Amino acid sequence: MIAVATDFELPDTDGRVHRLSDMAARGPVVVVFTCNHCPYALAWQGRLNDAAGEYAPRGVSTVFVNSNDSELYPADSLDAMRARVASERWTAPYLHDETQEVARAYGARTTPDVFVVDNAMRIRYRGAPDEDHDDPAANAQWLREALDDVLSGVELRRPETEPIGCSIKWRP
Amino acid sequence: MLRWMEPRIELLWWDGCPSTERALADLRSALREAGVDPASIQLREVTSNEQAERERFPGSPTIRINGRDPFPGDVSIGLSCRIYRTADGRASPTPDPDQLRAAIAREVAA
Repeated sequence: MIAVATDFELPDTDGRVHRLSDMAARGPVVVVFTCNHCPYALAWQGRLNDAAGEYAPRGVSTVFVNSNDSELYPADSLDAMRARVASERWTAPYLHDETQEVARAYGARTTPDVFVVDNAMRIRYRGAPDEDHDDPAANAQWLREALDDVLSGVELRRPETEPIGCSIKWRP
Repeated sequence: MLRWMEPRIELLWWDGCPSTERALADLRSALREAGVDPASIQLREVTSNEQAERERFPGSPTIRINGRDPFPGDVSIGLSCRIYRTADGRASPTPDPDQLRAAIAREVAA
C-alpha cells in the first residue's frame, strides 16, 4: 500500500519556510529525518548530500529535518543546526521540526530515516539510504534507485528498507 | 611468583543504539587476537540519564579496559549513540577495529 504523505511547513536554519506540497508540485521530494549527534546520521550525511546535489537538476528536492528534543540533547538545538550549516557542505535545506509533529506524522523512527514523496504526495520509498553506513562506496544506492524509479514512472524495485540509526529523541 | 592478570574488560551499552552487537563482535575478535578470553567481557546496560551521569557514560557503546576508556576525547555524558572516528576521519558508531586492537594490545602489555 502506498501511503499519502502528510503536508508540512517547516523553517530552515535561516528561518525560510519550506512547504512539502510546494516542492512536490515541482517533482519528487526526499525527506531525510536526521540530526547532529548521531554517528549513523553523520556517516550517511555526505552520501545524502551528494545525492541531493546530483538529483536536483532532475527536478528532485531534498530537505533534511531535525526533530530531536533539543532540551535533552542540546547538540540538536537550532543554534547547533545553524552552526553545522555554516561550517559544512549542505546541498539542501536543514529544517527544524521543533514540535516533532512532522516526525510523528511520518512515523520516523531513526536518524537517518529517508522518505521519497512523489509529485502526487505519495510516499514511494522509506528506509535507509543504502545497505551500510560504514561503506561510502554504497553511495546512498537504495535512495538513488528509488529516485530513478520514481523519475522513470516505474514500480519501485525496493519500496521499503529497514531504517538504521539512532532513535528519534522524543520529548518526555 | 608473578602471575599474568587478565585485563578487566567492560562494554557499556544503551538499547537506543543499534551498534552494540557490532561493537561486541569487534571487541571479541580483538581480545582473541590479544590472547584474552572474550568470555571475560562484562556487559553492562545503561538505562537512565541518572545512571549515565553516575557512570560517566559518554554514549553507546563504550569500552573500558581496566576502568580506562581507550578512546577518550571531548564527549558529552548521556544516553546517546557515541561518535567514533575512523582512521580517515569518518564518523562511525563503533570504534575503528584497528584502533581497538592497538588499544587492547597496549593494555595487555602494560
